[in-house]
Amino acid sequence: MQKYSLFSLARNALSGHRNWPLAWRSPPLKDRYDVVVIGAGGHGLATAYYLAKEFGVINIAVLERGWLGGGNIARNTVTIRSNYMRDASIPFYVKSVAMYEGLTRELNFNMMHSKRTMVDVVQTWPKLRELRRRQLVMDIYGSTYEQITTAELRRRIPALTGGGPEARLPVICGMVHTDAGVNRHDAVAWGYARAADAMGVEIHQQTAVHSLLRGAQGAIEGVATSRGTVRANKVVVAVSGHTTTLTETAGLRLPLRTMNLTAFVSEPVQPLIDVIVNCPDSGFYFSQSDKGEMVIGGAPDMGQSFRRDIKQHVFEDTVSAMLSLFPRFKKLKLLRQWGGHLDIAHDASPIMDQTEVPGLFVTAGWWGGYKAIPAGGLTLAHLVAKGAPHPLMAAFTLDRFRHLDFVMEAGTTTAR
Amino acid sequence: MLLIPCPFCGARSESEFIYGGPVRAARPDPNVVSDADWVDYLTVVPNPLGPVQEHWWHARGCGEWLTIWRDTRTHDIVEAPDEIE
Repeated sequence: MQKYSLFSLARNALSGHRNWPLAWRSPPLKDRYDVVVIGAGGHGLATAYYLAKEFGVINIAVLERGWLGGGNIARNTVTIRSNYMRDASIPFYVKSVAMYEGLTRELNFNMMHSKRTMVDVVQTWPKLRELRRRQLVMDIYGSTYEQITTAELRRRIPALTGGGPEARLPVICGMVHTDAGVNRHDAVAWGYARAADAMGVEIHQQTAVHSLLRGAQGAIEGVATSRGTVRANKVVVAVSGHTTTLTETAGLRLPLRTMNLTAFVSEPVQPLIDVIVNCPDSGFYFSQSDKGEMVIGGAPDMGQSFRRDIKQHVFEDTVSAMLSLFPRFKKLKLLRQWGGHLDIAHDASPIMDQTEVPGLFVTAGWWGGYKAIPAGGLTLAHLVAKGAPHPLMAAFTLDRFRHLDFVMEAGTTTAR
Repeated sequence: MLLIPCPFCGARSESEFIYGGPVRAARPDPNVVSDADWVDYLTVVPNPLGPVQEHWWHARGCGEWLTIWRDTRTHDIVEAPDEIE
């Protein structure tokens, strides 16, 4: 792997940028690997990277139906935070946020990380009570949450001119999560891919997995792909919304529902907002990208959906909620809108485990899984390599459903 | 946006309705079923690429609760699958 540096930039500038090496190879597909990872998204690539780096497992194929980093890692709103509710969740996300902050150096790839704080605009007393409960638990694990007054909130976010005393939902106060940040989603996918490839991991794009193959004893044997059968005794499913579509081919039922979550961006405007603004009572959140676009996310379409577009009334509800608090945004022109489908578990916490099919691992239920990519990849790689869960993810296995010992995060995500 | 057939009001815009969740099997007696079936009832809903049955509440209309079959790939409201009936 050629190290990216000021010198490599200067050297390649002198040759007109014609001699940059490819960031990753496109090797021929073999018929057997030690581990097959399905899905070259954030979690799949991070799992492959940490398997190679931390556990010395090199003979890995990452199989991707479309193109690398073209799924939900390209369709989210790059919010990295650790303000969760449960004792099991918070340390996991604290670890992930910390790993993200060191990722540029770790992968020698500029993540454009911007630790810019998230501010919740609180408009109802039940939400304030819920956030205070989170604050008490988060404090145990070193994640920050701090209440600020409405006056301070409006000073920090001058564009917040709605939500006055006469509004249907007046602003009560703000909650500040200083650990939160944003970064560049493409860099995460490409950085992990390039670093994993450099250690010998093979990434195969345009290789759709149609079904999982089980041997005579029931254990996983490999996968049937659009390019033929690929065998492996360990298969990792990291496909977001289509987890159940794949696991059902192995006769496995999981407590996951697939839903559609949408986002859109405005035209670029001058610097206006320097934090991530989250308005949980109104049902939207946004941040301003480095290019100046407002990156806006809304509430999900509540029913199950495998679509990647956006429903008009979900879009309209989100925009009208935003205008109630930010009336100046009425002049903003929206440039792009899109949706992603992702699966959510019964208790809204992720599932990372070896399933009842020996050798078949899933990482799923990632509602807001972007922030969890580094810790999710590291801990799943631990499980795949060692056969025992990493302490940070032991609570997220399927056992919690067998014992009705939920890690209930329903309500702390946009899923509600 | 869906056009949802209300038995009283006819086809009405989705924005008049509130989603009521997937239709689940009848609640079994937890003292009779196996642990696995009990957990299955509590936590697992069908998640097909295709028709799902779901409740909707015509909250901003006549107040009726109704169920429809909807295709998760297209949002088309469809007939109940043959094997269900």
